[in-house]
Amino acid sequence: MNDDLLFDFTVDKASKTVTMVREFAAELSLVWDAYTKPEILDQWWAPKPMASRTKFMNFEVGGRRFYAMVSPDGEERWSIQKYTSISPKTNFKFFSVFADKDENPQLQGSEWDFNFSEQNGRTKVIITIYNESLARMERMIEMGTLQGCAMQFKNLEELLPTLSQK
Amino acid sequence: MRRDIFQAIADPTRRAIIALVALQAMTPNAIAEHFDTTRQGVSKHLRILTECELIKQEHRGREIYYQLEIDKMKEIDKWLNQYRIIWETRFNQLDNVLATIKKQKK
Repeated sequence: MNDDLLFDFTVDKASKTVTMVREFAAELSLVWDAYTKPEILDQWWAPKPMASRTKFMNFEVGGRRFYAMVSPDGEERWSIQKYTSISPKTNFKFFSVFADKDENPQLQGSEWDFNFSEQNGRTKVIITIYNESLARMERMIEMGTLQGCAMQFKNLEELLPTLSQK
Repeated sequence: MRRDIFQAIADPTRRAIIALVALQAMTPNAIAEHFDTTRQGVSKHLRILTECELIKQEHRGREIYYQLEIDKMKEIDKWLNQYRIIWETRFNQLDNVLATIKKQKK
């Protein structure tokens, strides 16, 4: 389905920055909604079998999204994203910190920058994530890794029945 | 420890040391010649890099040479790759969501 959709992923350890470029086969307004409306965001933000659960989200400058990544056994990892800049259907930025369930933020965070552009019915999104410290980047990657493991188990679960039929 | 690896490469002098020993094994004196800092300062960086197992010592006669631990560097790349897989999954899920919404609109 995404056969020829561009995906570029680069990590610059020296500048503590992750940059991603991805194309989507949909018009800009739809893709923009998918990134900025909680009901759509929660459908794809967490890699399965993790789930994304947004407790509240005020998409405006100074507003925040408070959400959890929930594992299949119910473990919650909370984060706060505070919107620092919004140019409708072009760009938005937020500052992200890990938090506890009572919205107490951790000290270090990361700055996220999302850029949207449309060409020939496709929408290109460029995401830049700048981490305040390498330790923070390591944590972010580690959390991703945990999710990655869970995801692989899920894939295995799906694969096993097909194997046993043979 | 993982955190140590990232702290190790957070320092510009240590990154320069890694780049130097990646080319060839070097003695502490030869490494120190490339930097304005004191020999002691360079020793401290070498110790941290060794503790993180990013470089290792090799004794050749009476001299100690430092060389790169290639496996450890690969390990760092492996993690980053896992982070990439997360995003791939996320974006594929978004592809599905977008396709569903488009169908509903029609």
